[in-house]
Amino acid sequence: MISTKVTIAGVELKNPVMTASGTFGSGMEYAELVDLNRLGAVVTKGVANVPWPGNPVPRVAETASGMLNAIGLQNPGIEVFRRRDLPFLAGFDTKVVVNVCGKSKEDYCQVVEALGDEPVDLLEINISCPNVKEGGIAFGQNPKAVEEITRAVKAVAKQPVIMKLSPNVTDITETARAAQAGGADAISLINTLTGMKIDVHKRMFALSNRTGGLSGPAIRPVAVRMVYQAAQAVSIPIIGMGGIETAEDALEFILAGATAVSVGTANFYNPSATVQIAEGIETYMERYGIADIRELIGAVKDQPGREVSYL
Amino acid sequence: MKKTTAAIISQERIGEGIYSLWLGAEEIAEAAAPGQFVSLYCHDHSRLLPRPISICEIDREKGAIRLVYRVAGKGTAEFSGLSAGGSIEVLGPLGNGFPLERGGEEKKLLLIGGGIGVPPIVELAKQIQGKKQIVAGYRDALFLDQELRAAGKLYVATEDGSIGTKGTVLDAIREQNLEADVIFACGPTPMLRALKEYALEKGIECWISMEERMACGVGACLGCVCKSAETDDHSHVKNKRICKDGPVFLATEVEV
Repeated sequence: MISTKVTIAGVELKNPVMTASGTFGSGMEYAELVDLNRLGAVVTKGVANVPWPGNPVPRVAETASGMLNAIGLQNPGIEVFRRRDLPFLAGFDTKVVVNVCGKSKEDYCQVVEALGDEPVDLLEINISCPNVKEGGIAFGQNPKAVEEITRAVKAVAKQPVIMKLSPNVTDITETARAAQAGGADAISLINTLTGMKIDVHKRMFALSNRTGGLSGPAIRPVAVRMVYQAAQAVSIPIIGMGGIETAEDALEFILAGATAVSVGTANFYNPSATVQIAEGIETYMERYGIADIRELIGAVKDQPGREVSYL
Repeated sequence: MKKTTAAIISQERIGEGIYSLWLGAEEIAEAAAPGQFVSLYCHDHSRLLPRPISICEIDREKGAIRLVYRVAGKGTAEFSGLSAGGSIEVLGPLGNGFPLERGGEEKKLLLIGGGIGVPPIVELAKQIQGKKQIVAGYRDALFLDQELRAAGKLYVATEDGSIGTKGTVLDAIREQNLEADVIFACGPTPMLRALKEYALEKGIECWISMEERMACGVGACLGCVCKSAETDDHSHVKNKRICKDGPVFLATEVEV
């Protein structure tokens, strides 16, 4: 009997596969195609204290093995979310992670407080969205701000707090350490990489926001590297994400040091990706005689006799 | 809504860069309605996102759907190379189609397609009840005109005036003094904008099918929104999702 259970801040997930925020709504649109009961957790689209209209269209553009998005965190606000999305998710045997966005420390805290008595297992604080002018990435790029917001959120949160980090930094270990210092229960990474696409025929930006967040398989090696680096820097659990589309991709992140993984862009082209990954991880464990998935977390080894220390 | 591997029954080129593809997809054909669309996935995995293509015809007996599309980029170029015996991943049917109940025996209808917006008008014209006046606008060469002629009285406009009225679909409507109780339209944004204005001025009920860059196609990613006149029930801001709440909207509900 193999065990795929993992624990994040005392919350036990039946398997390490979660959806990535913003790619799955609150699961409603995908429930017709995916059995949500098979997922370790559903991570919701970011929710703010009030409704946000998001950015003008075009909001999405395809790039080689990836896509850019600049949705701008459109969301209906916490009140509607509480009334509509949380009761829906409560009907499934999966953990619920609510992604929280804001434009100020107070915004984040307001949402976190409002969720205190709701059926929510974990909170993921989005301090890394590249598509909103205030808040978002501006917080996520400054270690001091990361620590401050983490501390403020932790002071009011009733559920464990995951800080979602931006890859748009020179040294991911600085923000990872800052989140841990602020009291974060876990970190998740990576959010999207800021990118740009230009339509040469129209001589226009492909996105109305000019820049957008790059996601998909194109960013996976960057994400694996950052998860590995963060895992060397902090002792809190890491949720790894960035271009995961197969079980092997997910296992790269786990071996690099992630306790759980999130699947994002792949939902758009393979709605069954999450379930297939959960099944594929079991197949891998059977093949290599791994009884407990926790044996694999951070278990990557150097090439024999080729140890390096520069990472 | 179903994601399935569809068999390619046939494909032919029916105009300059315009292709007609019949897909065997029983469950999709069973559930599909005029004005809905499907997502087609590329075989080349470096192109991740599905391409939304409107349904041109539905053949429930054969369990098949017809898609007529224009090659507009690498994805549709890939599709144009498919042939009978091959297969393709498809998700559908998606979105809300044209409200057939707004037709009716006694109603005068204007069914309007512009350019690559013509295809969904074919199945609409076949299924809707009413006095069907079909107006199709093209740059120059016609396509699907036989199918349209079989379903109602066809009026044509071409930009170069080579066939029918010279100008736009609206020029054809004015030239022919066409009257209507309800308008159903699919086509480029400037055409939809002009029709919305025309319908408002004449007090005609007008339904339009919108288009936008999409990612998920099912209403989850919020990539393909349009501005709505009122705060939307789902988004709680003035945004509607074209893939899920549309692509067909009452023209007065949305900003074009």
